[in-house]
Amino acid sequence: MLWVDKYRPKTLDKVTVHDQVAQNLRKLVSEQDCPHLLFYGPSGSGKKTLILALIKQMFGAGAEKVKLENKTWKIDTGTRTLEIELAMLSSSHHVEMNPSDAGFQDRYVVQEVIKEMAKNRPIDAKGKRAFKVLVLNEVDKLSREAQHSLRRTMEKYSSSCRLILCCNSSSKVTEAVRSRCLNVRVNAPSEDQIVQVLEFIGKKENLHLPAGFAARIAAQSNRNLRRAILFFETCKVQQYPFTSNQVVPPLDWEQYVSEIATDILTEQSPKRLYAVRQKFYELLVNCIPPESILKKLLAELLRKLDADLKHEICHWAAHYEHKMRLGSKAIFHLEAFVAKFMSVYKEFLVATFG
Amino acid sequence: MAPLVPMSQPWVEKYRPRQVKDVAHQEEVVRVLTNTLQTADLPHMLFYGPPGTGKTTTALAIAYQLYGPELYKSRVLELNASDDRGINVVRTKIKDFAAVAVGTTRKAGYPCPPYKIIILDEADSMTEDAQNALRRTMETYSKVTRFFFICNYISRIIEPLASRCAKFRFKPLSEEVMSSRVMHICNEEGLNLDAQALSTLSAISQGDLRRAITYLQSAARLFGSSISSSDLISVSGVIPEDVVKSLLAACRSGEFDMANKEVSNIIADGYPVSQLMAQFLDVIVSSDDIPDDQKARICKKLGETDKCLVDGADEYLQLLDVASETIRALFNMPQTLVF
Repeated sequence: MLWVDKYRPKTLDKVTVHDQVAQNLRKLVSEQDCPHLLFYGPSGSGKKTLILALIKQMFGAGAEKVKLENKTWKIDTGTRTLEIELAMLSSSHHVEMNPSDAGFQDRYVVQEVIKEMAKNRPIDAKGKRAFKVLVLNEVDKLSREAQHSLRRTMEKYSSSCRLILCCNSSSKVTEAVRSRCLNVRVNAPSEDQIVQVLEFIGKKENLHLPAGFAARIAAQSNRNLRRAILFFETCKVQQYPFTSNQVVPPLDWEQYVSEIATDILTEQSPKRLYAVRQKFYELLVNCIPPESILKKLLAELLRKLDADLKHEICHWAAHYEHKMRLGSKAIFHLEAFVAKFMSVYKEFLVATFG
Repeated sequence: MAPLVPMSQPWVEKYRPRQVKDVAHQEEVVRVLTNTLQTADLPHMLFYGPPGTGKTTTALAIAYQLYGPELYKSRVLELNASDDRGINVVRTKIKDFAAVAVGTTRKAGYPCPPYKIIILDEADSMTEDAQNALRRTMETYSKVTRFFFICNYISRIIEPLASRCAKFRFKPLSEEVMSSRVMHICNEEGLNLDAQALSTLSAISQGDLRRAITYLQSAARLFGSSISSSDLISVSGVIPEDVVKSLLAACRSGEFDMANKEVSNIIADGYPVSQLMAQFLDVIVSSDDIPDDQKARICKKLGETDKCLVDGADEYLQLLDVASETIRALFNMPQTLVF
């Protein structure tokens, strides 16, 4: 088992990083009822951990017996029948799914699934929990229509199911949905907190940690706890006992992007652009999200530029990322950014050095 | 069926005024409508104003007071944005309902005027076609049907519809009115709210009573019966003042790297950028030492960025762009580099 899963806190009492949030959540479910919840925060900050712990707190161990199923929904839209296949994790108390996987048909998924769940209301002899919990991941990737139909569904079936929504940025969730939920912000853990967690894991695994080693992993993780733990485990596999100057290997795609950055800083020409295109294709076919590529590339470039140029470049990065979101072919926009950068940079070089 | 857990009703519903005269702060509307209750005569109505000022409440209250709970179902049709309201619905459902003649059955204690009411909530989200299709319907059946349009922006209602209605503007609630309402709820629910928390609540809800009550309920759920102003801020999703201030301070320093670091921290802390920009705008506009042309430049950028965010652009890059443009504006650097 990966350490990320092995050391995931299973109950709200054991949550260490967001103990304040966890305490509040415990108070929330100590009364019989709970409102709809919306968790938001950057990735690797512990949203999912909190949600799972919360569900366990609500329903006890029964919620841990989950099964994965690939369900096909037949939906009658009036003019034709659609078939949508979607993977979902479910226990007798909760269902977890990723509605944005259904692409532009996400609206039907949201409506159908909640309706069906509301019909099969769980019967509990003690009359304890008469509602189910539906966990929806990545609600910020849902289309506008799906979010709008979500808001109606939330009100209509609020007696028989509770929604827990999980997303990265709450700006992309419509105001109407946000105002119907209790919003829970999950901030990324600070570097000190990451160090503490790493040391805790080190102790449990009986590892000897040289001084400063955990801090270096934390610094490289970008305040992403999951990534920090993965780095830590990679280092362990690579070389143990740890030496104090052991390098923490960066992610290979990030290394690749920094190579691209060096490439375009050394030569600005159509030929180089052509070479860079191959590298972008390489990254894209390996399923690296284009936004991440652009962001990393920008970060690499910013490290090596003059202050005046930084403003210019970050503006263009934002511009092309926006265009990328509107368009459908990421490669065009990545290339356009590189070309723009080359032209600005070349102009700058010519102006300063002649 | 399993016994249901007694649902705790949202306080917004629980404390919704049931009678027109209880609606807070909207004197003209209340006066006209109380008059209506006596004469049982009613024009078509158009209510507009910012959210949370009591438009829907007023419309529902007048309908209840006119018909009473029994006749309400058959006499009132309520449609809002989550219902399908395309042109087909207007042509069939609304028209069918409007065309039915009403009987003269009367219930004791209610005026029961001989017409029906159709309430179209959030009418500004109706398409122009659908609105156009309503024009003739309104006139043809005006003997037996009255329309209530409720919207936030009157400019989105087409002129022919607006001119057929009596228009009422709902004002944002003043701080005193809001405080007295909130205090009333606190007394009923046994909550303890100090003066500072009360003023914070008024400030963060910006005249929207529904939002204020929702925040109050969430805070009460999380933090128990005594609520401080920081508790309210944490449930409302409003960003603490010092976060916004420190972003501006980083911009004022003129160092790109410092601004970049601040932006990364804000993103890592998970603050919603759209909210941050709204507050950033407030801070920029209200700071006295920034000249007007610089303010204008920053505001222009904020507007553009907001559009990008709505399109789903990346929050980090957009915020960084705003920060960098702010620096350039503050130091009067040109928009594009000239070498």
